[in-house]
Amino acid sequence: MTAIGWLQIGILFALVLVCVKPLGGYMARVFQGERTPLTIVLGPIERGFYRLAGVDPAKEQGWFAYTVAMIVFNAAGFLLLYLILRLQGFFPLNPQGFSAVAPDLAFNTAISFVTNTNWQAYGGETTMSHFAQMTGLTVQNFLSAATGIALAIAFVRAFARSGAAYVGNFWVDMTRATLYVLLPFSVIVALAFVASGLPQTLLASVDVKTLEGAAQTIAIGPVASQEAIKQLGTNGGGFFNVNSAHPFENPNAISNLISIWAMLAISASLPYTFGKMAGDTRQGWALLLAMLVILVAGVGIAYWAEAGGNPAFAAFGIDPSSGNLEGKEVRFGVVMSALYAAVTTGLSCGAVNAMHDSFTPLAGMIPLIMIKLGEVLPGGVGSGLYGMLIFAILAVFIAGLMVGRTPEYLGKKIEAREMKLAMFAVLILPLCILGFSAAAANLPFALESLANNGPHGLSEILYAYSSATGNNGSAFAGLSANTKWYNTTLGISMLLGRFAYIVPMMAIAGSLAAKKRSPASAGTFPTHTPLFVGLLIGVILIVGGLQFFPALALGPIVEHLLMLAGKTF
Amino acid sequence: MFVHLRPAFVLLILMTVLTGICYPLAVTGVAQAVMPAQANGSLILRGDQIVGSELIGQNFTSDRYFRARLSATVAPDPKDDTKTIDAPYNAANSSGSNFGPLSKKLIDRIKADAEQLAKESGGKRLPADAVTASASGLDPHISPAYAALQVARVAGARGLPIERVAQLVAEHTEGRFLGVFGELRVNVLKLNLALDRSKP
Repeated sequence: MTAIGWLQIGILFALVLVCVKPLGGYMARVFQGERTPLTIVLGPIERGFYRLAGVDPAKEQGWFAYTVAMIVFNAAGFLLLYLILRLQGFFPLNPQGFSAVAPDLAFNTAISFVTNTNWQAYGGETTMSHFAQMTGLTVQNFLSAATGIALAIAFVRAFARSGAAYVGNFWVDMTRATLYVLLPFSVIVALAFVASGLPQTLLASVDVKTLEGAAQTIAIGPVASQEAIKQLGTNGGGFFNVNSAHPFENPNAISNLISIWAMLAISASLPYTFGKMAGDTRQGWALLLAMLVILVAGVGIAYWAEAGGNPAFAAFGIDPSSGNLEGKEVRFGVVMSALYAAVTTGLSCGAVNAMHDSFTPLAGMIPLIMIKLGEVLPGGVGSGLYGMLIFAILAVFIAGLMVGRTPEYLGKKIEAREMKLAMFAVLILPLCILGFSAAAANLPFALESLANNGPHGLSEILYAYSSATGNNGSAFAGLSANTKWYNTTLGISMLLGRFAYIVPMMAIAGSLAAKKRSPASAGTFPTHTPLFVGLLIGVILIVGGLQFFPALALGPIVEHLLMLAGKTF
Repeated sequence: MFVHLRPAFVLLILMTVLTGICYPLAVTGVAQAVMPAQANGSLILRGDQIVGSELIGQNFTSDRYFRARLSATVAPDPKDDTKTIDAPYNAANSSGSNFGPLSKKLIDRIKADAEQLAKESGGKRLPADAVTASASGLDPHISPAYAALQVARVAGARGLPIERVAQLVAEHTEGRFLGVFGELRVNVLKLNLALDRSKP
């Protein structure tokens, strides 16, 4: 580890933190229906959309109607994307003449993009036409992110309102998230990306004759526009197979900086939006602080392990000073790769600029842990905030048990109904991850997909189901996941990880919105203090972490010990 | 549920037009008009021939050129398209090795390469990027240390003075952005083009 490495990490987080207040405040205005500087341009488009869709923006929905509208919209999105993938051979903008995506892969990919997971069992440049990348994948990058933000805003209203029957209008929240938040920022980031070197063309490939006279076909396309929303929407589904490690997706330190900033910006600002809308911004800062403490610890451990490198290499006379460079790009080195890996998994982004599969065991365990902690550090756009609010409810409940008081969060009493629903939501993650991993580890045809033997093979399986259920999308990419078994079971994991979490979460929103907000009294446990932040961190680590410890012990932890003993597989 | 069908499908179509067609085409239009070099892939022309992209690495095997990093990219086997063959720097199919840290294949590969390179290094420690595969398989850069290791070989093969080749390496060493971000690196393709210009 070096001082300049830590300086890069520090400046990056500072750049994100200075945006929290302006961006978070802007989003609060957008979702409270106030005028913004962009209203003059986007207002007419917004009203036109509502008129054509038959939406009355003034009419709000209760939690159930809101949730059903969201599910119908996502089901329609899944259907359209599935058809585009299956029929891409008949559409224009297919310069390489790619034929239909196979049914199981199209099922997996459509779920993957609709659930904001962006798990990719395919290589983009060898599978997808430009038409599919643009009208299929890019669109769901926007809409799945907008869905997440809308749901978080509905959950926030449950705390902000008192004795309310309604939590908002899904169509309005989703449209505003797309028009006022995601689209304008995507245009700016996409153009900044092009300036830093990302291509943006409708051509498919360039044929060159190399200096040594060999033929090289360079895949190319409308990369920058997809990358911008991929990062801003914490989607993570790249244009190329190796994602942001590809020099066309991420050519230099500038594009890397923009990438990391863009994936963090909205998720880190939403807690402030929450505080603003709930009338106490300190509450938002407390949530953000808890998120960042764990995230920075993860960055530090991953950086330390990667900088330490693989002791086996040093034995062959290799200079250990630049760390473990297998599966990394020279322009990023270990620090930018470790930072990217921890951030992309603390968020539910899943973009990668290095191959996590080739990380040293403990560094590879960090992304795995970040996902297993529930994707709240600070999590996907929207999903991170509502996930964190569920943890906050659990934290006040546990604090309430300790002192024998009825727990409250922002003046809302947390009672048996909310706790049952919260536990249901929280248990989806271990159920899918451990259940499917246990099955895959016992099925010979599932084990054939492994690229590595020994404990690393188990890590590959665990990572796949964690990534899918957590709606992350990054991978230990050695696993050959494009098989019927993995496409199907990972597809189911993504669906449950997204919607089986959302439904109880929204039921809690409905029940909390209906409650009266009681004023703070001397006996109220304050939820903006360092004590609460510490408690919240503890709850995340215990609830999110302990249930996975045995699995981690059999994967990366035992692998680390075997590495120190010089064993290979 | 049925009351939601009209908004769901109408908004989906409208959003597809807006974010799936208007947005990428507008960005393409602006990018092509204002920044055509980057938008078309930062291609390098020699005469009227495209010899590569400055962002995409190439495979170099000759002693007359600086070698790039190991690349794990593959291509379909022309004899049997269910199989693949090694095809380093295949820019139509990016890929890393995905070997885990305890992989026997990885350790054996590194051992063999390190023994080979040790002859060139004259007993000095080898830079890590000389024996590791990049994430993309298309890494255009090597570290200044790996370039320094190759100077004597390239100078010998070309009959150039060592100082001249070392000077070219120094000229092509790129620093950190703002002195802080990223790593020191040498663009192998640009360096090799400069070598060709200096003595074909």
